[in-house]
Amino acid sequence: MAVSPDSAAIEVGGLWKIFGPKAERVLECDDRYLEPTALREKTGCTAAVRDVSFEVRPGEVFVVMGLSGSGKSTLVRCLTRLIEPSAGEVRIDGEDIGRATPARLREIRRHRVSMVFQHFGLLPHRRVIDNVAYGLEVQGIAKAARHARAGEILSLVGLDGHADAYPDQLSGGMQQRVGLARALAVDPRVMLFDEPFSALDPLIRRDMQAEVIRLHREVGKTMVFITHDLSEALKLGERIAIMRAGSIVQLGTPEELVGAPADDYVADFVRDIPRSHVLTLRWICRPPEPGEPLDGPVLPARTIIKDAIGAMSSSSRPIRVVDGDELAGVVDRVDMLTFLAGQDAATAVQASA
Amino acid sequence: MSTTAVTTPSRLRVPRWAVPAGIAVLFAVAYLVFRGTGTLPHDKSAPQFLALTDLREWIDDHRNSNPLFLYFLNYIRIFVGSVYTAFQVGLYALGWPGLIGVMGALAWLAGGWRIALLALAGVGSFGVLGLWQSSVDTLALVAASVLLSLAIGIPLGVWAGLSPRVRRAIMPVLDVMQIMPTFAYLAPLVLFFHIGAPAGAIATMIYSIPPAIRITALAIEQVSPTAVEASSSLGATGRQTLFKVYLPLARSTMALAVNQTIMMALSMVVIANLISAPGLGGDIIRGLSRAQVGIMLPAGIAIVIMAVVLDRMLVALARKNPHHRIGGARLIPAAVLAAAGLALTPLLPAEWPEGWTVNFVVQVNDAVHWAETSWYGVTTFVKDVTTSLLLNPLEDLLTSAPWWLIAAAALLLAWCVSGVRPALTALGCLLAIALLGIWEHAMQTLTTVAVAVLVTLVIGLLLGVAAARSSRYSAVQRPILDAAQTMPAFVYLLPALALFETTRFTAIFASVIYAVPPVVRLVEDGIRAVPATVVEAAAAAGSTSGQLLWKVQLPMARRAILLAANQGIVMTLAMVVVGGLVGAGALGYDVVVGFSQRTDFGMGFVAGIATVLLGVMLDRITQGADRRPSPQRRKTT
Repeated sequence: MAVSPDSAAIEVGGLWKIFGPKAERVLECDDRYLEPTALREKTGCTAAVRDVSFEVRPGEVFVVMGLSGSGKSTLVRCLTRLIEPSAGEVRIDGEDIGRATPARLREIRRHRVSMVFQHFGLLPHRRVIDNVAYGLEVQGIAKAARHARAGEILSLVGLDGHADAYPDQLSGGMQQRVGLARALAVDPRVMLFDEPFSALDPLIRRDMQAEVIRLHREVGKTMVFITHDLSEALKLGERIAIMRAGSIVQLGTPEELVGAPADDYVADFVRDIPRSHVLTLRWICRPPEPGEPLDGPVLPARTIIKDAIGAMSSSSRPIRVVDGDELAGVVDRVDMLTFLAGQDAATAVQASA
Repeated sequence: MSTTAVTTPSRLRVPRWAVPAGIAVLFAVAYLVFRGTGTLPHDKSAPQFLALTDLREWIDDHRNSNPLFLYFLNYIRIFVGSVYTAFQVGLYALGWPGLIGVMGALAWLAGGWRIALLALAGVGSFGVLGLWQSSVDTLALVAASVLLSLAIGIPLGVWAGLSPRVRRAIMPVLDVMQIMPTFAYLAPLVLFFHIGAPAGAIATMIYSIPPAIRITALAIEQVSPTAVEASSSLGATGRQTLFKVYLPLARSTMALAVNQTIMMALSMVVIANLISAPGLGGDIIRGLSRAQVGIMLPAGIAIVIMAVVLDRMLVALARKNPHHRIGGARLIPAAVLAAAGLALTPLLPAEWPEGWTVNFVVQVNDAVHWAETSWYGVTTFVKDVTTSLLLNPLEDLLTSAPWWLIAAAALLLAWCVSGVRPALTALGCLLAIALLGIWEHAMQTLTTVAVAVLVTLVIGLLLGVAAARSSRYSAVQRPILDAAQTMPAFVYLLPALALFETTRFTAIFASVIYAVPPVVRLVEDGIRAVPATVVEAAAAAGSTSGQLLWKVQLPMARRAILLAANQGIVMTLAMVVVGGLVGAGALGYDVVVGFSQRTDFGMGFVAGIATVLLGVMLDRITQGADRRPSPQRRKTT
C-alpha cells in the first residue's frame, strides 16, 4: 500500500448510521433528514450519524467533539466497522474500509488502526505486559518478541516496573496508560481515542492529555480523538469537528471555532472559553494607519493573544504582526484592550475571515 | 529478550509442565507396581452392613418401647402423617369435579383465564391418563410437605436474612443438604420414621426446605437498608419493621421460594415412593424397575403437568401487581368455576369414569420397542464406544488401583485445585468410604459420574458458547432450557430408558440431559457477562472470533465455567445414583436393594452415606476453584 504523503489518512464521505428496525428503508427515503425525535416517532429508528464527511491529514490530531448522544462514539466505531455503517464511505490510507473482507478488516485493525477506550477495556485476567502485548499476540508474534516490544512501550508510557501487575492493581490513570500502550504496541498508523480520559479525575486527565501531546510529538501518529470536553478538544486538536445530533455542525481549527462559531449551538459551546487564550494575533491585527510608528516589537501572527500581552505592556509602540517575512498588520494597546473587553469581537472576526 | 524489563530470572528453569508431568509419571509407576494390591472388593455381607441391618431390626422391635421413639420421633411421624391425611381427605371430599373446579378457580384468581384454562385441562388430564387417585395422593403429599417445609423454612429464612450469624451457621448445612443425592436421605429416614406417607413427606421436606430457607434469606437481605433505616427512625419496633417493611418488600422474591419448594417437592415425592410413599411415584418406580416405558410414561406426564400447572399459577401470582386488589372481574368467574365444580360432585360418579380415560401403555411400549430395534445400530454404537473407550478402562483403573493411591491422587488434586482444607475434607470422605466397606461400588459410581460429567461439560460448553455468541440461537434455546429445568429429575430417565435399555449408559445419558441445561445457562451467562468494552477492545485489536473466544471470553468467564462444572458434577452424581434403578448398578443399586430387601438394609444405608461422601468430595475438589484468585496472580503476590 503505497501512500503518497499528501493524501488524507482517513477520508469519510456521506457516512450514515441508523439504528433500529428497517434502517435500510429509512435510508432510502427522505425520512432520514427528519429531526431525531420526529424520526424516532415515525419509524422507531435512531440516526446516530447523519451524512458526516471529513478528511484527516496524516500526522494530524483530529478531534471530534460533542455532547453525549451526539453520535461521536458511533462515528469513531464506524471507522473500523466495529459498528457497521448504514451508508457512506470510509477510506483509510486510500483503502475502502466498507469493501474490506473480514480477514482484510482484521489485518487493518491489527496493523493500521488501533483504539483506546473510555473504560479501558483491559483484560483483567492478564498481567499488564500481556495486555500490552495482546495486539501482537493476536497477530501471531512469538512470546519473547512481543514481550520485548511491550516492555519498550511500557517505558514509553511511563509504566516501567508494572509489567507483572494485574490491571485491577493499578489506578485509573495507570490503567489508561496500559490502554494507550496496548494501542501503541502494534505501531499503528492511525490511533482512535474514544473519550479516553473522561473516566479519570481532573488532575490525572491533565497529565494524560500532556502524555498524548508528548506521544504525538514523539511518534507522530495520525490521531482521531473523541471527547465531550471542549477544553480538552482545544488543547489537543489541530482541527476540531463539532457534532450535534449526528451531524457535524462545524469543522475547523480551534481558532476558527472560537473566533467564528458557525451557529448558536457552537457559539454557546465556546462562550466560556477565554478567547484570548485561543485566538492569535492574526485575528485582531489591522493594516497600519498612515503615520503610525512601525518600530514596535515584532511577533509572529500565530502568537496566542494572551502571550502577546507581555510584549504589549513593555512597549508603547504598536506590535508589528508578521506572517513569515511579510507584515500582516499591527496591533496597538487600544486594539488589545478593546478585544479583551470583548467589544470588538464581531468586527475583528469579520475583518480577518 | 534480556534487555527488556520482563525477562524471567536466569536461574535453572524447569518448564512449567515438568512438575505435574513428573507427578503423573510417579502415579503411573506406582499404579503399575502396586496394581491389584490394596483393592477393597465388594462384600455383600461386610460386618458394617450387617451391624446396620441388625440395628434396624432392633429399632423396629423397640419402636414402641424406646422413649426416644415413644415420646419424640413417633409424634413427629404422627403429626406429619395427620397433616397428609387431612389434605388427602380434603381433596377426596371435593370429588373430582370439585377439585378440578377449585383448582381452576385458584388459577383464575392467580393469573386470569389463560392460567385457569391450563389448570382445568391439567387437572382433568390426571383423570384422562387414568391416574386420578395416585395424582390426588401425590398432590396431597406435595401439599403437606410444602406446607410444612414453608412453615419451617420461611421463619428460618427470615431469621437468617436478618442475622448474619444465623446465616453463617445455617448456610454450610444447606450446602451439604443440597449436594446430598436424594437417595441418601431415604435409608436413615426409614430407621427413624419407618416407611409410608409420613416418612415420604419428611424426606420430601428435607429436600425442599433448603431452597425455601435460602431464597427467603436472600429476599430479606435484599430489602433496601434505607427503607429499614427509615422505619426504625420513625420508632418502629423490630416486629413492626419485620411485618411492615421486610416482608412486604421481600414478597415477590419469597414467592419464588414457594415456587422452588414446590418444584423440589414434586421431584422428590416420586423417589419417596421407594420408601412406600403413595402416589404417582409407584407407577414410575414400577416402570423403571421393569424397564417398561409404557407404565411410567403416563405417570411421568402427569407429574410434568402437575409441575407446569403449579409453576404457572405461582409465577402468575408472583408477577401480579401488588397494588392491585383482586376485583370482581376475577372473583366472580373464579367463584362460578368453584361452585360449578362442587355442584357437579354429587351429580357425577364418584370415581373418574372408566370410559373417559386413555390407555396407551401398549402403544408406548410398542413405540419404544420400535425405537430400540430401528435405532439399535446408532444407540449400540454410541453405547459400546463409550463403554469400551471410557467406562471400562476408567473403571478398571479405579477398581484395580490400591485405595491409598487413589486417596493420594484425590488429595493432591483437591490440594492443587482448591487448597488445603477442601483437600483434607476430600481425603476424609474417601477414607470414610473405605472404612464403610463400600469402596469398590463407590469407585464404579465415580467412574460413571466422571464420564457423565465429561460429556455434560463438553456439550454444555459447546451449547453455552454457541448461545453466548448468537442471540438468535440463544432465543431458541432458552425456553427449552427453562422448560427442562422445571421438570422433575427422573423424567429424564424415560427417554434414556427408551433408547438404551437398562445399562450403565442409561444413567449417563439421563444425567447428561439432566445436568446440561444449568451448565449451558451458567456458561452462556458467564460469557455474556464479559464487559462489552473488553470484547470491543479485543475486536479493535484485530482478534479473530476464535482468538476472542479463547483469549478473552473463556478466560474471563472462568469463574462461571468452574461454577458450571461444580453444578454439573453435583447434579450428575444425584442422577447417576437414581440411575441405579435402571441398571447403573453400584451405589444406586445398593440403595434400591436396601429398600426392597430387609437383609440388605445395611448395605443400602451405607451406600446412601457413600453417595453423600462422594458428593461432598467431588464438590470440595471443584468448588475451591472458583473462589480462589487466578493461579498467575497467586504467583506474583
